[in-house]
Amino acid sequence: MNNQRRNVLRLTSVIALMASTGLITNAQAAEWNKAAFEGKNLDDVLKAMGGTKPETSADIIMRAPDIAENGAVVPVGVETKLKATQIAILVEKNPSNLAAQFMLPEGAEAFVTTRVKMGQSSNVHALVKADGKWYIATKEIKVTLGGCGG
Amino acid sequence: MADPMRIRAAEKDGIVDVKVLMKHDMESGQRKDAAGATIPAFFIQTVIAQVKGKTVFTAEFGPAVSKDPFLNFKFKGAAKGDEIVVDWVDNSGDKRSDKAKIS
Repeated sequence: MNNQRRNVLRLTSVIALMASTGLITNAQAAEWNKAAFEGKNLDDVLKAMGGTKPETSADIIMRAPDIAENGAVVPVGVETKLKATQIAILVEKNPSNLAAQFMLPEGAEAFVTTRVKMGQSSNVHALVKADGKWYIATKEIKVTLGGCGG
Repeated sequence: MADPMRIRAAEKDGIVDVKVLMKHDMESGQRKDAAGATIPAFFIQTVIAQVKGKTVFTAEFGPAVSKDPFLNFKFKGAAKGDEIVVDWVDNSGDKRSDKAKIS
């Protein structure tokens, strides 16, 4: 019997045990996509997420204000009829484009709402992965800072 | 240990609507303090929601998510009285886990 193989097996079972007993949380076990969050534009982010050029889709509904008074808290909701397995929210003019992404396992509805920060008025993209393909919807959100209009 | 989350989960017609409010600074890493030094980024990276040990939703946040993040999502396959467990981990390794009963 190969000893090294046994050790590897033992180690994996220990890690699985730690995860199941809560010694390490599942959130820690999941991988945070560093490259995607460092992407400076839509292409970078898509590449890091293993995506291809997205197709514009009218089936993606974005719930967001046309004008956001406070750029620090901009509510953005994404909903779609597509069989989404992944949703991402990107702010085009932020230093890093990707604000958040969501993984939807079997049973999760293609619906998510969160709040993001925006440095300035910008296009906001909703990326949706469905059946292995990427779809996109875009909405421009104007940010008025200090209430002096924009 | 970070402050607790507020979780509200309600089942209607087989779909559970979950709203989570986390307490976190979500420092972007872009701001500077009075002395002109950059304040390092400090933000929640991953959020996982589970029911009976099964993952029902996962979120990955970047520093562009607002302070005290809010999350609203929906899923199928749980009943009233089931417990939903939400975990988050930030980029400093701090974590928090809270539960709520689905109503």
